[in-house]
Amino acid sequence: MKLLRNIAAAALLALGTPAAALAAGEEIKFPPQIWSFSGPFGTFDRASAQRGFQVYSEVCSACHAVKQAYYRDLKGIGLSEKEVEAIAAAVMVPAIGDDGAATERKGMPSDRFRSPYANEKAARAAFNGAYPPDLSVMIKARSGGADQLYSLLIGYSDPPAGVTVGDGMYYNKYYAGHQIAMAPPLADGRVTYADGTRASVEQMSRDVTTFLAYIAEPEMETRKRLGVKVVLFLLFLTGLTYATKRKVWADVH
Amino acid sequence: MADSAAAPQAAPHAGGAEVTKRDFLKLVTAAGAAVGVGAIVWPLVDSMNPSADVLALSSTTVDLAPVTAGQAITVMWRGKPVFVRHRTPEEIAKAKADDKGRLPDPALDAARVKPGKEQWLIVVGICTHLGCVPLGNRSTEVRGEYGGWFCPCHGSHYDTSGRIRQGPAPANLAVPPYAFEGDTKIKIG
Amino acid sequence: MAGLHKSEFENPVIRWVDSRLPIFTMLQKEYGVFPTPRNFNYFWNFGALAMINLVIMIATGIFLAMNYTAHKDMAFDSVERIMRDVNWGWLLRYVHANGASMFFIVVYIHMFRGLYYGSYKTPRELLWILGVIIMLLMMATAFMGYVLPWGQMSYWGATVITNLFSAFPLVGEHIVTWLWGGFSVDNPTLNRFFSLHFLLPFVLVGVVFLHIAALHITGSNNPLGIDVKGPQDTLPFHPYYTIKDSVGICVYFIVFALFVFFAPNYLGHADNYIPANPLVTPAHIVPEWYFLPFYAILRSVPDKLGGVLLMFASIGVLAVLPWLDTSPVRSARFRPVYRILIWVLVLCCVVLGVCGGKPAEGIWVVLSRIATAYYFLHFLVILPVLGKFERTLPLPESISRAVLPTGGGPLPGGAAAKPMEKA
Repeated sequence: MKLLRNIAAAALLALGTPAAALAAGEEIKFPPQIWSFSGPFGTFDRASAQRGFQVYSEVCSACHAVKQAYYRDLKGIGLSEKEVEAIAAAVMVPAIGDDGAATERKGMPSDRFRSPYANEKAARAAFNGAYPPDLSVMIKARSGGADQLYSLLIGYSDPPAGVTVGDGMYYNKYYAGHQIAMAPPLADGRVTYADGTRASVEQMSRDVTTFLAYIAEPEMETRKRLGVKVVLFLLFLTGLTYATKRKVWADVH
Repeated sequence: MADSAAAPQAAPHAGGAEVTKRDFLKLVTAAGAAVGVGAIVWPLVDSMNPSADVLALSSTTVDLAPVTAGQAITVMWRGKPVFVRHRTPEEIAKAKADDKGRLPDPALDAARVKPGKEQWLIVVGICTHLGCVPLGNRSTEVRGEYGGWFCPCHGSHYDTSGRIRQGPAPANLAVPPYAFEGDTKIKIG
Repeated sequence: MAGLHKSEFENPVIRWVDSRLPIFTMLQKEYGVFPTPRNFNYFWNFGALAMINLVIMIATGIFLAMNYTAHKDMAFDSVERIMRDVNWGWLLRYVHANGASMFFIVVYIHMFRGLYYGSYKTPRELLWILGVIIMLLMMATAFMGYVLPWGQMSYWGATVITNLFSAFPLVGEHIVTWLWGGFSVDNPTLNRFFSLHFLLPFVLVGVVFLHIAALHITGSNNPLGIDVKGPQDTLPFHPYYTIKDSVGICVYFIVFALFVFFAPNYLGHADNYIPANPLVTPAHIVPEWYFLPFYAILRSVPDKLGGVLLMFASIGVLAVLPWLDTSPVRSARFRPVYRILIWVLVLCCVVLGVCGGKPAEGIWVVLSRIATAYYFLHFLVILPVLGKFERTLPLPESISRAVLPTGGGPLPGGAAAKPMEKA
């Protein structure tokens, strides 16, 4: 992808370059997945994103924040006002009391997702010096996007023969260097889905990736829908302008 | 047809039908472009309207228990002061009596408080003249001729129902949307 | 009435203004009836496109600045707030970010047009030099704008580029400290970059005005590269070129929209969605694509100062181009050898661009050295020598003779005769 971008870039106008990138040596390839949200007409699979929110809340949120997101953002994955209020109210968020001391209060839809730790130093202290990154824009912050996150989540295995894994590290074939400090977060049946979907590692990975894709780009559906209209309008206007141009120039040719 | 090489400066008017068609095309194209420019300008303008995070923060909860009769507190709602006043029976009586008085912006006192909670007057603490914060919420401050609030900027007097009585302000202090959540708790917004 | 301009407008309001400040007369002269060569091809759209692009960047930039916070602890989050909560904020930001790329695409093509058709040659040398200044200002503006989101690439891009100045002996370190306002890229750096990023576009507007003023003194070049001989060679700018530019603007908007709505981050770098971290440098740091060729030149020299000087020289050489090219013929259409070499130069720039995006090792270093050498060879050796020896093709007598099949006579209808429509 990076290589492809460079070529496209340097060629200035090489728009829509074919996806046949040159083979890059040590770069890890992430198996491409079919996502509900990819393509010019893509939308977020609401059911999957809601299950993904469950996975995030029950598993990921123990270590990872999504501090850019608000509880009210959950309305975008098909939850009702009431459901969002209930979800927010079930969370205690930090607050300053009337006496000036730190306290907690019930969350509201206008609150940001609660972080599992007060600040980065607290996180590092709690996680052996490692800092579980914020997941708010994770899908955009990795060149492999959703495929990369999904691959990482299903990429855990025992190290192949001859590979030694450091203390407190885990083997993951989709992580740069193949050693990651995050313990395998998912196992079959780790969560129980209310809609009866079987909670396999693949299913949970797919769902939480969909959820995080929404959290990274809550504007995506609006953007693509508007984009289709804008491009259609521009095509129409281009045709019209070109016809006018032909007429205007008819005199002088 | 025009001699295009010799007289290119003046757009020549050729046959009637041809001109009409061209003028029509020009008109439609210009209209299309105008729509396009409008569509570009609107997002710029609308970006200055309140954003989603500002709109989401539009309610405040206030605990009334610590406010004794005759006292008032100021709370913040949407970046503005809201006066929460615990009125004494005399003040309520005075406000009711003035219902029939000379009111530039006539309103009944009963319409400005919640039924059964006449002691609680909740108004936006912004003078309706030019937006200053009137004095009088603290008992040590000047409360004006009518015992309510007094705006020092241009001398508007408000009564114990927050109604304008004297001075340049055109309207009563606004009552924000609020509801009681229990006996001594209100949610504004 | 002494001192009033004799306005020719009939509308009384326009006339009243125009006689006191003849802006309408000026607009009419410079954009209404302005005599423009009749044989422009679509390459001549790109000046207007660049103009539109500048307007779009300033408009979106002003509204973005209303929501941006230039503080190292808040910049990243304020950009995310623009993306999520500000009405249409995502649109403004994506238009602004992709607009930078579009601006460089348009300007690079505009420059290629100038190179191909010899638009830099006398009497348009100053016009060309103003163009080079515009490009430098654009680069500075784009660089500082890229720092503002305060992601990893912002931070490390700022660090690497400002460190270029440390290459200068004696004063280098002091200059860098002065640029930073501290001992590393930090909050003072972000603040001043924001201020300058806001200021420079308006300086740019000023230089663009001079660029256009100079253009309207000499008149435009054209695909034949020969001078306008008389009115039969020109058309009034309006409506012929206003409508032709409009076609180009529409097509340009389509390309722009495809990026903004469907691939808004394609030209960006994923690492810039990671908040700046002064303790960790990203594994593979690259500038934005439009700087890659210059970055490759910088890295092709194993010496720190040498690389910096060569990179600046690669732009400086453009400024003296009018005096390096000795050929009296402007358009590559009549220069059979130059016509090939200009494409070799384009290829060379593409190679530099690819190399700039690669790690500085192995074959990429060799390639960027060859391409860098050729780049300078083209301007410093080939052009001066070629002008002396190249056998150019005979130039047409006049524009109208060349482009109108009947040599300027009347034409039957508008359907035939469109040889100059294509480049």
